Amino acid sequence: MSMKLDSKIPGGELEDKWSKYKFDMKLVNPANKRKHTVIVVGTGLAGASASATMAELGYKVKTFCIHESPRRAHSIAAQGGINAAKNYQNDGDSVYRLFYDTVKGGDFRAREANVYRLAEISPNIIDQCVAQGVPFAREYGGTLTNRSFGGAQVSRTFYARGQTGQQLLIGAYQSMMRQVELKQVELHTRREMVELVVIDGQARGIVVRNLVTGELESHAADAVILATGGYGNVFYFSTNAKLSNVTASWRAHKKGAAFGNPCFTQIHPTCIPYSGDHQSKLTLMSESLRNDGRCWVPKKKGDTRPPEQIPDAERDYYLERVYPSFGNLAPRDIASRQAKYRVDEGLGVGPSKVAVYLDFRDSIQRVGKKGIEEKYDNLFDMYAKITGEDPYKSPMRIYPAVHYTMGGLWVDYNLMSTIPGLHVLGEANFSDHGANRLGASALMQGLADGYFVIPYTIGNYIAGQKIPAIDANHDAFKAAKASAQERIDKLLKVKGSQTVDDFHRKLGNIMWEQVGMARNKPGLEGAIRDIGTLRDQFWNDVRVSGENNNLNPELEKAARVADFLELGELMARDALARDESCGGHFREEFQTADNEALRDDKNFCHVAAWEYTGEAAATGKKNWQRHTEALTFDRVQLATRSYK
Amino acid sequence: MGGTGTTTLNLKLKVWRQNNPQAEGHFEDYDVEGISTDASFLEMLDVVNNRLVKEGKDPIAFDHDCREGICGSCSMTINGNPHGPQRGTTTCQLHMRKFKTGDSITVEPFRAKAFPVIKDLAVNRSAFDKIIASGGYVSVNAGNAPDANARPVPKDVAANAFMAAACIGCGACVAACTNSSAMLFVGAKVSHLGLLPQGDPERERRVLNMMQTMEDAGFGNCSNTGACSLACPKEISFERIANLNSEFLRATVKNRNTSGSVG
Ligand SMILES: Cc1cc2nc3c(=O)[nH]c(=O)nc-3n(C[C@H](O)[C@H](O)[C@H](O)COP(=O)(O)OP(=O)(O)OC[C@H]3O[C@@H](n4cnc5c(N)ncnc54)[C@H](O)[C@@H]3O)c2cc1C
Ligand code: SF4
Ligand code: FES
Repeated sequence: MSMKLDSKIPGGELEDKWSKYKFDMKLVNPANKRKHTVIVVGTGLAGASASATMAELGYKVKTFCIHESPRRAHSIAAQGGINAAKNYQNDGDSVYRLFYDTVKGGDFRAREANVYRLAEISPNIIDQCVAQGVPFAREYGGTLTNRSFGGAQVSRTFYARGQTGQQLLIGAYQSMMRQVELKQVELHTRREMVELVVIDGQARGIVVRNLVTGELESHAADAVILATGGYGNVFYFSTNAKLSNVTASWRAHKKGAAFGNPCFTQIHPTCIPYSGDHQSKLTLMSESLRNDGRCWVPKKKGDTRPPEQIPDAERDYYLERVYPSFGNLAPRDIASRQAKYRVDEGLGVGPSKVAVYLDFRDSIQRVGKKGIEEKYDNLFDMYAKITGEDPYKSPMRIYPAVHYTMGGLWVDYNLMSTIPGLHVLGEANFSDHGANRLGASALMQGLADGYFVIPYTIGNYIAGQKIPAIDANHDAFKAAKASAQERIDKLLKVKGSQTVDDFHRKLGNIMWEQVGMARNKPGLEGAIRDIGTLRDQFWNDVRVSGENNNLNPELEKAARVADFLELGELMARDALARDESCGGHFREEFQTADNEALRDDKNFCHVAAWEYTGEAAATGKKNWQRHTEALTFDRVQLATRSYK
Repeated sequence: MGGTGTTTLNLKLKVWRQNNPQAEGHFEDYDVEGISTDASFLEMLDVVNNRLVKEGKDPIAFDHDCREGICGSCSMTINGNPHGPQRGTTTCQLHMRKFKTGDSITVEPFRAKAFPVIKDLAVNRSAFDKIIASGGYVSVNAGNAPDANARPVPKDVAANAFMAAACIGCGACVAACTNSSAMLFVGAKVSHLGLLPQGDPERERRVLNMMQTMEDAGFGNCSNTGACSLACPKEISFERIANLNSEFLRATVKNRNTSGSVG
């Protein structure tokens, strides 16, 4: 099979591409919009904003989420802020600078045209959110205030204490609920998409499982949009919410949607460290804290003094030492690796020695406890509740953890996957962050996709082809339902001896050790083998209790872990095939003398898009084909990324 | 490796089990041993559930997601207190170091007529979504917004609106109220949007419609005990209800004077 990857980037100068696209695109006239149904799966920032906006335009929207209420989507947990090129601080920011920082931050593995559009749209997002009543932090004069995030030397991050995601999501959710009341959006909660339905090569609907009754339901539409979030939970331990999963994307992948750069994972430098077997997840301490917190370890190995008693001269403020110009605001991939190096050198702190300090002593002296409270109150609170320690008194102990996935379903400039009609937004697509995402840019991307990109590109798609009338009784829906039912029955039938969590933890352990912060060829080859073995064991020995016909979280988890067990293998394959280091993808064989990532632009300046080509009937071996989309840089010069 | 030094607890749990919305529920007892004091309340239930699965039994169903106190999913009443004994804390952020070995702990779903049980500890709170749909928004389509700095908002006003907007929609206020009133939830939204200039044009419509929907959904009247605010994990102030009452009165009067045009 040969798959063609056409990014459909419009012609013209970088600055004009999006305007030109909007002028050239095909339009659906207002009266006709209501004749078209669009399915949106997901109600995070991307899905809620897309649902609201398309409904405002007049489309009939059907929206689905696994949550009990759309407002509970994982986006709610985002803490630190959202970027926008407003230049309100008069510190030299511009659309071009945000574009440049994002391309560079992504280690030159994202499309220039997409990133430029994102930067161009960013100011409108802030306008929209403020108009909705999002209570961003303000100055005494009543104007909006900003803070800095990693990888930038300007202050362009808008925030609402440590609860920015919550406030943005509530804004989008409320706009969407308004459309529910107006009957423009038909909302289906506690529904999990378990199959994508493709008819004559077009995405025409989905099959969902009603999580309360276990029934499978079919829904048909003219186009399908996935906004189902990232897949960091493949590692078991991550900062993601517990229900975050890859299932919707994976079902689409197996129906023909290519998966872009699956191995590009972001490991966030500042999370509360792992503390024991009882633990179910890791908790982020927002990057915004590095505005005021300083990372350090003792200079001396085995220094057991309490941190307060270690004098400055005996501390290594390692980020300030290694990266004098960005200091504590070095990008995430770099800050994470530096923490790992310190721990590997035996300089880690705390009982486990797998942690470093994030210290607010100096800022508290400078702006007072109140000043710090105003900015980060809930984060300090959360730290205290989880660890039982007071971070106003002694430094936080932190360590990197899996946080975000830059990889995702491959999409073109229209945000359309390799399946016509299937669009992918937010963290679920692979598009804008290259090999490393800058802080405060995921919220920006999710809302850009939902409020300002898809409302245009969906029209271009719908007006651009023949979409024959079908309904949910079409045979393709029956077939999709049957295969979903078969998978569920199979899971319940195993009745083995290990829990779903047992398998998920084992998978997570393989992923963290071999496909985590540092990767190498033998380790990745081992991971591919081990994941295959674990997958076989899962299908022979998993214990899924309960029934199919009522709320059964164990069964939900089992189906998601089954998909993670396939995705994990693909991530390892992708990491193995990319013989270079870039951004969050660090192959130990490819590093500079001072342990920085060594890119290979000659051979790897491309997106890897993986096509699923099926399973060997005899052995169950999964097969994929790797395709590439070359990345060209017309504006930004490919350079070695330096934050020194 | 928690800062307080890890110890383990043995506990006696009494948990509400109800197989589906129609079924009769009952309490079931579980002895649990060796729970780390660093574990959260939900992580303690995870341990119980893993044991139940291994025994081939149906695990205890409960809603959860972020486990960081922000999504509003977790919803259980612990020894009579929605979200348990710690002030300003959701169930997922309640840690076992707040309990002693040998403690008996009763765990029930949030109880209210408007929140029917789906299974065990999971309830249906879609009535809250209905209330928001009836007016808890600013009617502004994407693309219509003026520059974000076009209307300055005083810092303290923005901060006050933020404190109200911090509501996570968990429903603990309803579960804590003897009348199952949703006034704190509605009051928080009415304050959040009403305080900001952006929310001003729909001020009257919003409060009238949300109050009507609240009543229709089966929530009761304010019991005036303040139990809601004490149970609220985001410590939404009881004064939001006083404000709600005066907003409602103001809107009702205005509505009468303009013969119903704002409703
Ligand atoms: C702790 C934390 C803090 C963060 N802080 C920041 C920050 O400060 N700034 C920033 O820019 N980014 C931040 N991020 C990243 C950012 O929050 C996410 O990337 C972003 O919110 C993802 O939004 P989304 O709309 O793509 O998906 P999500 O918010 O994950 O929403 C996914 C939706 O899909 C639904 N869904 C999933 N699977 C299915 C299925 N099979 N069927 C039906 N529905 C399904 C869910 O119900 C949900 O509604 C943070 C991330 C974490 C983990
Ligand atoms: S007011 Fe408090 S208790 Fe009530 S829903 Fe909001 S956060 Fe929960
Ligand atoms: S699980 Fe999100 S608030 Fe408790």
